[in-house]
Amino acid sequence: MCLGIPGRIVATVDVAGLLMGTVDFDGLTREVCLAYLPDARVGEYVIVHVGFAISMVDEAEAHRTLEMLRSMGTSLEAEL
Amino acid sequence: MRFVDEYRDAGTARALSARIAELCEPGRAYAFMEVCGGHTHTIYKHGLEDHLPPAVSLVHGPGCPVCVIPMGRVDDAMHIARQDDVIMTSFGDMMRVPGSHGSFFDANAEGTDIRMVYSPLDSLKIARANPDRQVVFMAIGFETTTPSTALTVRRAAAEGLTNFSIFCNHITIVPALRAILDSPDVRIDGFVGPGHVSTVIGCRPYDFIPRDYGRPLVVSGFEPLDILQSIHKLLRQLRDRRCEVENQYTRVVAAEGNPVALAVIDEVLEPRPDFEWRGLGRIPWSAMRVRERYAAFDAERIFAPPGARVEDPKACQCGEVLTGVIKPWECKVFGTGCTPETPIGACMVSPEGACAAYYNFGRARHRATEPAKEMSRA
Repeated sequence: MCLGIPGRIVATVDVAGLLMGTVDFDGLTREVCLAYLPDARVGEYVIVHVGFAISMVDEAEAHRTLEMLRSMGTSLEAEL
Repeated sequence: MRFVDEYRDAGTARALSARIAELCEPGRAYAFMEVCGGHTHTIYKHGLEDHLPPAVSLVHGPGCPVCVIPMGRVDDAMHIARQDDVIMTSFGDMMRVPGSHGSFFDANAEGTDIRMVYSPLDSLKIARANPDRQVVFMAIGFETTTPSTALTVRRAAAEGLTNFSIFCNHITIVPALRAILDSPDVRIDGFVGPGHVSTVIGCRPYDFIPRDYGRPLVVSGFEPLDILQSIHKLLRQLRDRRCEVENQYTRVVAAEGNPVALAVIDEVLEPRPDFEWRGLGRIPWSAMRVRERYAAFDAERIFAPPGARVEDPKACQCGEVLTGVIKPWECKVFGTGCTPETPIGACMVSPEGACAAYYNFGRARHRATEPAKEMSRA
């Protein structure tokens, strides 16, 4: 139920005072409400749940988590 | 898909799995509850239990909103949907949840107008297109979903719509966690915390768990590597005799949550003094209702549903599954009387319910690892 899908904002538009946007999910685009991320810009990634963007995806943090995960694998290889 | 595929790498999963095994103290067993149904789904879909040492077991938590909605609320929704001129709108997950007299799908087949929507905002389109009908949105979900309902109500008010309301069943995760921790049966060493709920409420509402109950919690993402890393973080805390709230899902969850969303929820909704959860019973202040200011958009005020309490079917053991007392396959009707096609209990309905997730993905593995038990039940 709390499914959130990451997608990239490709356009934003003000619909009678409501911030909406088009979000690209790997080729599939959908209209998404951006009211909860007033600072979101085209090109940025957001997590979308029931047609609402609820959080930004922080690319630097995403990279840091991946590096940490990969380093756990590397140190194992070193031991073997 | 970016930010998804890279967190599914099998080689890294194997390495993490070895790291997890190293952290287990010999002779000690660990039970961790994954709070969110989305995590339960990932665990079964990707066979994550195969990556865990036998000393680590996972308990599936109450974080599936359609699984914990009591039958009485489904009946109340049906009561509203059957009024003249009403169109009810609902998320797809809710359509097959059984009430005492069938599900929304069953009611639809009998002519009640219940329509599936992807977003609550879609309900407003239906309301605009049907000015002579009353459109009622069946609002369910945890804090991840609550902001979308709250904004939809505010939007309806701003547009001056007079034929839209919500039947509010929004629930909050913290009181449920407290109820589980207060239960005498509980044997949980730590929590894999709900990632998307935390995008809204942040990490601080969980501080009472390490402070008052001495259990760690790690807010976790939803991909296989996220969940394995969260389990690794929990074990590392236990090894180091630390006990705190950690955030594994830093790419998405900010410590303070989403203040804009929290403000809109607070404007439109308020805590409800009491709400019944399937399997957990009545929990004080565990759900939300519409504030007086938005009373014109509150289906409970407009349609006054009976509010009857309905006992779960006798054969159904969803309550014990939801509190981790039994595993899905230990339920008397699992896979026989109760299947995803003909569910008796809500845990078999949602793809995030422990029973449905296990039924769809976990059975083959279970047969391979516990043949004696499977045969003894047959």
